[in-house]
Amino acid sequence: MFRTAFPEKIDVAGASIELLTKGEGSPILFLHAGHGVDADDALVERLARDHKVIVPSHPGFGASSRPVGVTGVDDICHVYLDLIEALDLRDLIVVGVSFGAWIAAELATMGTGRISRLVLIDAVGVKVSDRETRDIKDIFATTVEDIPGLFFHDPEKGKASFGGFDFKNMTDAEVTRFVRNRESLLLFGWSPTLYNPKLLGRLHRVKVPVLLLWGADDKVVGVDYGRRYAAAFLDARFEVIEGAGHYGYLEQPDAFAARIDTFLAA
Amino acid sequence: MEFWHFSEQSMHPAWDKIDGPTKVLVDNAHCDPQTAHELYNRYLDEWMVADRLGFNIMVNEHHASANCMSASCLLTLAILARQTSKARLLCLGVPITNRTDPYRVAEELAMIDSISGGRLEIGLVKASPFELALSNQSPARIMDRYWEAHDFVVKALTHKGGPFSWEGEFYNYRNVNVWPRPVQQPMPPMWITASGASTGRRIAQLGYVCATFFNGAGTRPLFDAYKEEYRNTHGKPAAIDRFAYLAIMVCGRTEKEVQERVAKVKPYLEVQPRTPKGWINPPGYESVELNATALRMGKTGRINFGLPPNPSLAEMADGGIMFAGTPDQLYDQMSRFSDKVGGIGHMLMLGQAGYLSHDETVDSLTLFSEQVAPRLRAYAKAKNAEMSDAA
Repeated sequence: MFRTAFPEKIDVAGASIELLTKGEGSPILFLHAGHGVDADDALVERLARDHKVIVPSHPGFGASSRPVGVTGVDDICHVYLDLIEALDLRDLIVVGVSFGAWIAAELATMGTGRISRLVLIDAVGVKVSDRETRDIKDIFATTVEDIPGLFFHDPEKGKASFGGFDFKNMTDAEVTRFVRNRESLLLFGWSPTLYNPKLLGRLHRVKVPVLLLWGADDKVVGVDYGRRYAAAFLDARFEVIEGAGHYGYLEQPDAFAARIDTFLAA
Repeated sequence: MEFWHFSEQSMHPAWDKIDGPTKVLVDNAHCDPQTAHELYNRYLDEWMVADRLGFNIMVNEHHASANCMSASCLLTLAILARQTSKARLLCLGVPITNRTDPYRVAEELAMIDSISGGRLEIGLVKASPFELALSNQSPARIMDRYWEAHDFVVKALTHKGGPFSWEGEFYNYRNVNVWPRPVQQPMPPMWITASGASTGRRIAQLGYVCATFFNGAGTRPLFDAYKEEYRNTHGKPAAIDRFAYLAIMVCGRTEKEVQERVAKVKPYLEVQPRTPKGWINPPGYESVELNATALRMGKTGRINFGLPPNPSLAEMADGGIMFAGTPDQLYDQMSRFSDKVGGIGHMLMLGQAGYLSHDETVDSLTLFSEQVAPRLRAYAKAKNAEMSDAA
């Protein structure tokens, strides 16, 4: 989920953003999870059958630069507001996964009229429980070896998604992408851990239909958290997919794509 | 050569009850309050003995640790500022990327220098990676934060003429005005720790003392880089007093006595590195380049001590981990190691570790001060002359 560089580059808001564009049709902005996204991502492929899917690497991730002042998720959103305008995207569907779903939710609260639908997959970004109950697993207290068991329903699929963690046989560029993604995720999500305390109270600003998809076996943010996240939107549906962990969209790409198709057709 | 007695103020009576990590996650039920009370006072007593024996004093801090109960090196130094009379007082160091308020750090440093009559030596370190879990300060951009905090502390300690404001990237103050001013003007001597050449060069530019801990074979390249940069920046060779090295020190009258004491100290080498896996090297703490190289080489954590299994005393001394011996042996070990790394002006010595008792610690320190220190001072004087001639 991190190995391939993207073919295009676009300069927006002082950042050089690497970009992948696939398919034709109404536009989807796909915002990747904290560990990145590969050029042959199966969900992106599926969505590209009917849509023009635009996949940027976030500032500081992959080969995208991180301007000095970009240190928070709000800064990333401002880069993407520029990107949306630079590409003149309208009637835009924003699909975000995990950390990317946090960015998508923040972006949707910022009042751009260009977004028409929002899809959040195993999203982080809000705080719902009391001060002594952690909603989101402290992934920064874990090791690389913990990734398959923590982020996936099926650890074997997890290993495959990370190239078997066979760093010795990867290129410098590939390993650098992996390391850089981890460091940037920590930079943006360190504390409060992977949420913005103000976001929950702002979600009512999202006036477009929202679909939240959740892996039944998500060990980073559980299904109950997803349900409470969904309840804060004006118009949201919440669906659970079996046999899927936090990165369940990598384990069950067809199931996730089918739910998204149905939502977009409605 | 100056000699510094250092102790981690460990809760060693709990060690044999602890499985797994000895820090960060370890249950504080293992920290018996009465035992802690007695040990703190014992370790302070040992520093007072060291003061009388002509040692200087070094203190550190760690957090949630059975290996080091000093939760604030400046608290310990504040006590010693009053209770000792001659020793230089080195905090090595204040973890300024852990402490959220460098203004408060500057105030506390100034107070210690004032109370001690100008005996403070300031070491500013970043933070142990695993203790960012406790301070909640981010591992990402840690060195950017370190240098801003450093620049702030230096300005706060040296500034005169009324308040100044600071609107930095990480710290924001409307009215900085440190009272008292340090006795040592413009400011107390500064130390920074390093293990690699790039940090060494930065310290050399500032002209601070470069200290390195248990660094073994990494020490020579570090000190060489410092020397080169120091000469380029300051136009003269770096004196031997710019170089400090930390290792364990055990002294005994006979080899049998040495072996008995080493056996009590050695568990430190096993207990100290026991860090929760997830906190050994959090993303961002080391550079992307270093982490990528480590992953490609199959390394997953920082290597502690780098000793072979069951190291001999000679291997531990050559590796710069533990200097242990009779007075003659210690002189040989330390002077040889100093020669090997290019000259050491400050021997930072973990003089109490593990289960070494109070009486043994005092005896070891006394032997060292009477029979080793004078000879090493003479050695270092000659070495310093050699260093300035060679340069």
